[in-house]
Amino acid sequence: MATELTPHAAMSLTEQLPVLQVLVPFMAAPLIVFLGSRGLAWILAFGTSAAAFVIAALLLGQVLDGSVISYHIGGWAPPLGIEYRIDAANAFVLLLVSGISAIVLPYARESVASEIPRRHHTLFYACYMLCLTGLLGVVATGDAFNVFVFLEISSLSTYVLIAQGSHRDKRALTAAYDYLIMGTIGATFFVIGLGMLYMATGTLNMADLADRIADQGANRTVVAAFGFIIVGMGLKAALYPLHLWLPNAYTYAPSVVTSFLAATATKVAIYVLLRFMFSVFQPTFLFEGNTLEFLIIPLAVLAMFAASVIAIFQTDMKRLLAYSSIAQIGYMLLGIGMLSQTGLTAAIVHLFNHGITKAALFMGVGALVFRAGGSFFDRIQGMGKTMPWTSAAIVLGGLSLIGVPGTAGFVSKWYLVQGALEKGWWPVAVLIVASSLLAVIYVWHIVETLYLKTPAKDIAVGEVPNSMLIPIWIMALACIYFGLATDITLGAAQAAAKGLLAGSSGMLH
Amino acid sequence: METNTAILLTVLLPTLASVSNIVLRNQENLRDGVTFAAAVATFLCVLQILANVGNTTSETLVLFEVLPGLDLAFQVEPLGLLFAIIASGLWILTHVYGVGYMRGNKESHHARFFSCFSLAIASVMGIAFAANMFTLFLFYEVLTLSTYPLVAHKGTPEAIRGARTYLGILIGTSIGLQLIAVIWTYAIAGTLDFTRGGILEGKIAGPMVAVLLALYAFGIGKAALMPFHRWLPAAMVAPTPVSALLHAVAVVKAGVFTMLKVGIYIFGIDFLAETGASVWLMWLAAFSIVAASVVAMTKDNLKARLAYSTVSQLSYITLGMALATSMGALGGGMHIAMHAMGKITLFMCAGSIYVATHKTNISQMTGLGRIMPITFGAFLIGALSIIGLPPMGGSWSKWLLVMGAADTGQWVMIAVLMVSSLLNVAYLLPLVGRGFFLKGADIPDNAQMAEAPWMVWLPPAVTAFGCVVLFFFAGDIQTFLSPIVLPR
Repeated sequence: MATELTPHAAMSLTEQLPVLQVLVPFMAAPLIVFLGSRGLAWILAFGTSAAAFVIAALLLGQVLDGSVISYHIGGWAPPLGIEYRIDAANAFVLLLVSGISAIVLPYARESVASEIPRRHHTLFYACYMLCLTGLLGVVATGDAFNVFVFLEISSLSTYVLIAQGSHRDKRALTAAYDYLIMGTIGATFFVIGLGMLYMATGTLNMADLADRIADQGANRTVVAAFGFIIVGMGLKAALYPLHLWLPNAYTYAPSVVTSFLAATATKVAIYVLLRFMFSVFQPTFLFEGNTLEFLIIPLAVLAMFAASVIAIFQTDMKRLLAYSSIAQIGYMLLGIGMLSQTGLTAAIVHLFNHGITKAALFMGVGALVFRAGGSFFDRIQGMGKTMPWTSAAIVLGGLSLIGVPGTAGFVSKWYLVQGALEKGWWPVAVLIVASSLLAVIYVWHIVETLYLKTPAKDIAVGEVPNSMLIPIWIMALACIYFGLATDITLGAAQAAAKGLLAGSSGMLH
Repeated sequence: METNTAILLTVLLPTLASVSNIVLRNQENLRDGVTFAAAVATFLCVLQILANVGNTTSETLVLFEVLPGLDLAFQVEPLGLLFAIIASGLWILTHVYGVGYMRGNKESHHARFFSCFSLAIASVMGIAFAANMFTLFLFYEVLTLSTYPLVAHKGTPEAIRGARTYLGILIGTSIGLQLIAVIWTYAIAGTLDFTRGGILEGKIAGPMVAVLLALYAFGIGKAALMPFHRWLPAAMVAPTPVSALLHAVAVVKAGVFTMLKVGIYIFGIDFLAETGASVWLMWLAAFSIVAASVVAMTKDNLKARLAYSTVSQLSYITLGMALATSMGALGGGMHIAMHAMGKITLFMCAGSIYVATHKTNISQMTGLGRIMPITFGAFLIGALSIIGLPPMGGSWSKWLLVMGAADTGQWVMIAVLMVSSLLNVAYLLPLVGRGFFLKGADIPDNAQMAEAPWMVWLPPAVTAFGCVVLFFFAGDIQTFLSPIVLPR
């Protein structure tokens, strides 16, 4: 009997949380299709997301003190069985992903209804659930191949979700196709890397991998695997210059999809990068290889500037925000590249803070699109007068994007600059604030467009329904809340950074 | 009332007034009445704090711990209390003036205007009572953002351009320079609390002290130290009540107040004197004083002239800090009050002239003194206070600054202050002479008095009277401020 083999098998519901985190949305997807009702589909999707959020919060509560939960699927002990391993780093990301999903869904009801034909709604929500499953699975699992499987689940459903934008703008189809090609290349690189690791070590469990790589040292196969994995995941994370799929995908996807993906998908990829860099390959490996200093940091700085400058010249607000996302990913990578407690904390907390900021902004644009029918500046200009609430929320999100004190963005920027100063990297500190100033320019472009121009004539007047407005404001206020009360975010980020810097804790027996 | 409650109320009341302006946007009289009540209540709260605390330093009131060791916290100390008294007191007058001006001048968007105005006052209160550099920086940025809509108020291309310059310079300097300075300070000192005698002694040495000071001095763009002064004249596109309160009192004074706070409580006057790190700043301030005065003489637009005059006067306060003597710091602190009272009078007079005659250029104002004697009389008193002649308040702060310069043996600085006074005479008094003694072509000999509505002319008359009153209470203000320069 399984119960006698391992203490992990005799479980209360609490102990089942790691698997429920992934299983609940996974079961919801086919259920939505079977029920085949539009109304039920939304209710189920929302209920599932809310449940996932509660589970993630419970999990984070258990690991915030630095402990680790190891869950064995089906009672099979790792490294042969699949292990779900929850620590502060991934519990924090689980919280972000499920939280964003739970807040985006109420907003989705009206927004989806206005952008996607009714007959597609059930399948849309099913796909959304699969995407959520994939993202949560990637984060929760402790098995490298499992990461790949869930990554593909989320990617394939994402392509479909983006293509749904074609009902509003046909270019969504090419955007989705582009992303399909690029995403597949990324996944292929990733799986090649995994194959090499398996060849070199004979295992796929991350903790076991870490032990064996540490034992045998860095041979050429392992180094090549590292390269493949970084490039593959870098593509999914839109690491500059592997970001080319992102602007179109974010611009043409339905507003709901953009809001959800912008806040979660790239963040999950960043998490996987972190996990492989620090837990599988160990910090010492990174030090010896100088990967970070000579590869990640220059690219991060380049992203911060090039993408910000491109953002300044955009005439479509969604695309502007998409380029801003690429720049912000640069901040996270910069924090990772510092390879210090402060730097990693900055990266992880920025991952969260930028997630909520971008969710607020993209939902805000979605609301403008709901009325204006497009996100070009000449469509949405002057809407500060006709949609004061939405516009005010966008301004709050924009301030957080700049990193004005009192907003979430400020906290991460503060840590980032402090991390740079600790290392004595003066020029980097200056570059960080210089690039925030570029953010001021593009955010103010939005503010002036919304408030200081006259609205186009043919636009429906009035605010969006409350079911959209309230989620936007929850996110906007979250940007302020997490800028003032930082116990949760900083606490989790610091614990996560500490855990990651300590390297792998090895197999737990 | 408890001191801490009162502190919170000084920030909350204007914030609530800001909200009420939006909620009551369609009920003009009620809306403006509520804001007036909030202004009076805020002033009373500040007076309550004064009664409770006097010129001692209160317990720190911590609201949030934002980052480990970095609190959003308030604390009362004499300099901040003085600033709060001035700002909240003048808010009452400016509100009356603002209502009169906006109605008399048929400006649009009253609700938005007064809402942003109140929010700006809330952030000024936050700045005045900030217990550490982090809290101050937070409210400093809120002040910039809440005043931006006021500068862009008219929505004309000119206003939008002016507002862009305003925001660009203020946000650019504060994030680009001041933020680095703040984080740097935190990295080496491990704290940002305002502490008597400073927190940096022994933590930093050599030329880096001067570099850090430079990051602060230029990063505090609101102090309008040259070459970062362009935003001030650019902001003059705003309606005059904004220029009066915000760009003669709140915004610019927030700048020099921050400058004094940094000099006194972050670096410490003695530390600055020992290291000589502020000598360059003293020379730059002196240059700003003279150069801005010279530029002011070339401006025909009255508000532009006053703007450059403000740039010059602000550098008096920076100079007071950079002298690194206790007399200089006290003079700088007192000049915040004296200049505020004088300059707000001048700006409100400019607005009064505009409401009554729609004239903006000095060359058009010939003979106006005959029909607007109260406005021009108030202008004369305000001008004399700015120049620094007795019996106006401005004479004392200038006196202290000269004493401070004499303490350090900086004779050139004394000369600069004197030359500046002469320049002030040259660019402020001609308007009064032109108004009273020359005959305007379009004004008949037997013209009747034609002042603007009472809501517009009364406030400058009150502040002009205030300039005289301050002359007799300068000694009290000096005693009140004296604890700020006591050694640690």
